[in-house]
Amino acid sequence: MTDPSTSSGQAVLTPVLTANWGDERAWKIGNYERRGGYSALRTALQMEPSEVVSVVKDSGLRGRGGAGFPTGMKWSFIPQDNPKPKYLVVNADESEPGTCKDIPLMMASPHTLVEGVIISAYAIRANTAFIYVRGEVLHVVRRLQQAVREAYSAGYCGPNVLGTGYDLEIIVHAGAGAYICGEETALLDSLEGRRGQPRLRPPFPAVAGLYASPTVINNVESIASVPSIIRNGAAWFSSMGTEKSKGMTIYSLSGHVTNPGQFEAPLGITLRELLGLAGGIREGHELKFWTPGGSSTPILMPEHLDVPLDYEGVAAQKSMLGTKALQCFDETTSVVRVVLRWTEFYKHESCGKCTPCREGTWWLVQILHRLEAGQGQEGDIDKLLDLCENILGRSFCALGDGATSPISSAIKYFRDEFEQGMHTPAWELFPYERSTVFVREPAGAQA
Amino acid sequence: MPELLEPRPGAAGRHVGGNTEEPMGHGEMKSYFDEPSLDYAVTDTLIDDGVREELASIAARYPQPRSALLPMLHLVQSVEGRVTPAGIEACAEILGLTTADVSGVATFYTMYKRRPVGKYHVGVCTTSLCAVMGGDEVYARLQDHLGIGNDETTEDGAVTLEHLECNAACDMAPVMMVNWEFFDQTTPRRACEIVDALRAGEEVTATRGARVVTWQQAERVLAGFPDGRADEGVTSGPTSQLGLRVAAERGWSAPDPNDFRTTGDDSAEEAK
Repeated sequence: MTDPSTSSGQAVLTPVLTANWGDERAWKIGNYERRGGYSALRTALQMEPSEVVSVVKDSGLRGRGGAGFPTGMKWSFIPQDNPKPKYLVVNADESEPGTCKDIPLMMASPHTLVEGVIISAYAIRANTAFIYVRGEVLHVVRRLQQAVREAYSAGYCGPNVLGTGYDLEIIVHAGAGAYICGEETALLDSLEGRRGQPRLRPPFPAVAGLYASPTVINNVESIASVPSIIRNGAAWFSSMGTEKSKGMTIYSLSGHVTNPGQFEAPLGITLRELLGLAGGIREGHELKFWTPGGSSTPILMPEHLDVPLDYEGVAAQKSMLGTKALQCFDETTSVVRVVLRWTEFYKHESCGKCTPCREGTWWLVQILHRLEAGQGQEGDIDKLLDLCENILGRSFCALGDGATSPISSAIKYFRDEFEQGMHTPAWELFPYERSTVFVREPAGAQA
Repeated sequence: MPELLEPRPGAAGRHVGGNTEEPMGHGEMKSYFDEPSLDYAVTDTLIDDGVREELASIAARYPQPRSALLPMLHLVQSVEGRVTPAGIEACAEILGLTTADVSGVATFYTMYKRRPVGKYHVGVCTTSLCAVMGGDEVYARLQDHLGIGNDETTEDGAVTLEHLECNAACDMAPVMMVNWEFFDQTTPRRACEIVDALRAGEEVTATRGARVVTWQQAERVLAGFPDGRADEGVTSGPTSQLGLRVAAERGWSAPDPNDFRTTGDDSAEEAK
């Protein structure tokens, strides 16, 4: 392996969104402004809204919430001849297992998001914007509420933004605990005060979203990237990354890593490079499997360490870049146990609207439970795969599809471990305490 | 598999370490439709005209009032300590909905509780990564230590324990939440110390967050009524700053924007 710092002209890490995360009280508006914050807003307000859309289009920014849809293009789908009000909704419902980038961003530097919201709302000519943040992060909600209040006081939002005649209301809206609300149409139903269940598309939210009006829904990191693009230019942004995956992004390294954490790098970095910066897999252990972008993205193996972590590179390995949530598991880990827990997650979070997901996740959990307990029955593995086949592509939204990813990919790589579930409990094959971070904690403290 | 299909009484424990036979917990084999519905026997309420006014003020924030229902239910919980029939009726009345509409919403989201919650809601993440990293052990130890199972409250009304799905702090696993504040990189021993301090009435501060308020006070913030604690706590955790520190050590940074200002037109205009 070559030294990453010399393998290209580019810096390996490129902190932009994370640049102020170490600052004292970075969440205060004054500290944000001292770093040049809100200068992009002033620049944007001197441009035509359509020009702002063009710059974001030219930058090549793609959605950072998982799907990777070009952000500027999404904005351009808003029919400007539609007389209804336009809405911007930020999806801050970060809940995909493994994903932990938006929450620290909003806690450390909520103004990065708020400035992005104002510029983006201006670009699509929305006069109301919502930040839909999951409810289970009290301090993040506090920091967002305060940041929005500060922005109002500074004249960055509210009526007549900076004297331009543009009006914008921003509403911080706390959810109430439902992973499905990260799905954009379920989020809209939830934001309308209903059960968070996905809608049939078309019509797409750009045409009939919130209150059946044209609506853009973007992930936190996507919107937070906008101020830097406006400030530094599309060419600057697209100088980072790979051919079709432009810009910098936040990679979240978790699990059996010596130093887990957040790394902001140009798209296309590899897990091998990131592990090199994180001190590798914890001492005395080796990587067994990992996810590139959360539990809904099929697992990958050590042989995929050199796969470029961009949209195309990961897709070529039949997985997805997703949210760049790199969960690493070492050889002490039972893959059956991990897959069971993820499946329990999907079962718990299934909204119940469609049968394949509601019933399918139910059956998957039951089978995985007995495999974990070493009480699997003949045909169980094929039954799991059959169930997955009947959920994938037959569910109302991506939650059902996501539920099948860990199972079918884990069976692909670790079928023998599932076979062992016919006779031996997973906790005997992989004593669970060996996987913990405090495995070295004195026996007296644990017993 | 009859033994797997039957939820064990009091078997709130998840399987830990291979020395017990308690794989259930969660009610994995139990239907969510078995969950107790709203307790309509409860008739006393703290919802008065002042609370109604506050509920109505939430509705006024939104282009369409019904959008306020989630924060309004958070406010109901902050007043009542759970979602009560009176709270449902108040929301329905203010929004012009049926109580069935409101109940349908209140029973969909996991943060809305139909039974009284303790002063402190303690959640332990047991989704795969945290579970593997020690969340299962933390959760099991807390159950033993507190003598309660999932979604149960200690007799003194101090602590309600619940195992959680992923709370978006995976780089700081295993994660525990107290009233939705982060307690990162916890251990079984540390978790017990925290709940002991809470029960003793001591002031406890989150790893990344503020001094812990009560569950009902937290619910008020989620309803959109700030409590003035936004400036407490750190900017971010050490793991959040890891990439930043590595970049600084190695002299790495994002490209210089000046290298890309080729035309000069934009900057000239800006200068005016």
